[in-house]
Amino acid sequence: MTEVRIPAAALAKPAPDAEPTSARQREVFLPRGARRRTPLTALRERLRWPLGVYTTPVVILLAWEALARAGVVAKTYAPAPTSIVRSAVDLWQQGVLGPDLAISLQRAGIGLAIGLTVGIVTGVLGGLLRSGEFLFNGMVQILNTIPLLAVLPLMIVWFGIDELTKVLLISFGAGVPMYLNLFAAIRGVDQRLIEMARTTGAGRRRLVTRVLVPGALPGFLVGLRFSLAYSVLGLVAAETVNADKGLGFLITQGQTYLQTNQVFVGLVIYSLLGLLADQFVRALERVLLRWRPGYEAS
Amino acid sequence: MSSTVTTEPRRQTGVVVEQVVRRFGDRVVLDHLDLTVGDEELVILLGPSGCGKSTLLRLLAGLDRPDGGRVEVPARRAIVFQADRLLPWQRVLRNITLGLYGPDAKQRARDVLAEVGLAGREKAWPKELSGGEAQRVSLARALVSEPELVLLDEPFAALDAITRLRMHDLVRALRTKHHAAMLLVTHDVDEAIALADRIVVMSNGRIGTSHEVRLSAADREASVAREELRARLLEDLGLAGRH
Repeated sequence: MTEVRIPAAALAKPAPDAEPTSARQREVFLPRGARRRTPLTALRERLRWPLGVYTTPVVILLAWEALARAGVVAKTYAPAPTSIVRSAVDLWQQGVLGPDLAISLQRAGIGLAIGLTVGIVTGVLGGLLRSGEFLFNGMVQILNTIPLLAVLPLMIVWFGIDELTKVLLISFGAGVPMYLNLFAAIRGVDQRLIEMARTTGAGRRRLVTRVLVPGALPGFLVGLRFSLAYSVLGLVAAETVNADKGLGFLITQGQTYLQTNQVFVGLVIYSLLGLLADQFVRALERVLLRWRPGYEAS
Repeated sequence: MSSTVTTEPRRQTGVVVEQVVRRFGDRVVLDHLDLTVGDEELVILLGPSGCGKSTLLRLLAGLDRPDGGRVEVPARRAIVFQADRLLPWQRVLRNITLGLYGPDAKQRARDVLAEVGLAGREKAWPKELSGGEAQRVSLARALVSEPELVLLDEPFAALDAITRLRMHDLVRALRTKHHAAMLLVTHDVDEAIALADRIVVMSNGRIGTSHEVRLSAADREASVAREELRARLLEDLGLAGRH
């Protein structure tokens, strides 16, 4: 933007008859905004990425709307975004969407609470103590390779088809990635810093609270991202089984009666939950990792 | 491990190392090495890279155990590492109080921070500090516990020449306030002459030669005696005639 190229003197091997000022280019760096700022460049800068990371989703939405209105995409395949919104409003007014959303959020909340608690407690114990590692690590590594969806039939056999199965499935999805990331994060704290802390005479408590826990926070937040994402996945899987309430039920019902709109409403809400989870973790990062200059990198 | 650590009544001196052996596989790094450092004495351990200086320092710090011989050091000791090793997620003040307990910990940390010339930077994050400032914080962290022995492992090697000279002044100033034995490892002959009460040169896993330095501050900067000492040190390091 602000670099100016100026052709300058001398070739690497100047031939006797060569123009001395022709070949080598030089770069000049000036402060940003030092160049003349016309209203046009200012406007262009503002218009460059007005939507940030949401540029692609918005563009896709607009294209989708246009295609749907032009009749290229059939209504039963992919209804226009505006008509999905209309369906959502209709469902809400019929008093269907509200209770469904509430019950889904309740399941996700309870499942997350259990999963994160177990994941964090075992992760911290496993990360800090050798005995904790021996107790939990092998088990979780095995559980990690078992697909969430494959456990579902087993859970139905064990815990029935009621709320318990749904909540446990969500907590399973949330707990495993939390344990794995937290364990790796605690073990990954710079050994040189641990060694330094020991030489200052800091006790075990200080070592844990000032070195290991804050050092493991970046990894913890990565785990939290995965946990939130997998808990939504668990929610979807759980609610497609014998639910008579909830977002999954809404989708299954929509599928049965070929109400594509209704299916999309469910999907949109799931994706909004994902977006919300991401924003939540970002906000946490901004607070917890403010010591890190590039905290937004991960 | 605890069986190799015993607490004994103090002898007269800060550090006693007797016939210490340290091996890495087949390579003998410390070969029956002897060294003593007196109370409040500043000894500089000089030697080329890879001669075992840092290995010896880690033994004195208690970070490693010797494979033979005996190491006796004060229980209250502190280390300044080559890299600052500050906790990036703690502000400067909390970095200094890491190993400090008691109600006056914060005040003591502030005092020592002022001593190293960083008063008012308590709330800075380590990543906001320059290399010299960060190393001064780690010096403050070492001194805040009033140790009887301070071990410095090439503490100024990563700093630029001007900052290093400032740090030398700082070390001299701090020695008038903090009465501790110091062992500073370096490969910089000029740094050794600038700071040392005694310079010991390591070679072949042992202390080769030992030079008492009794020069005034001005003579350490420039004098005939300084040049003679420098020439002898370079000779001990096998660098005679190359400078």
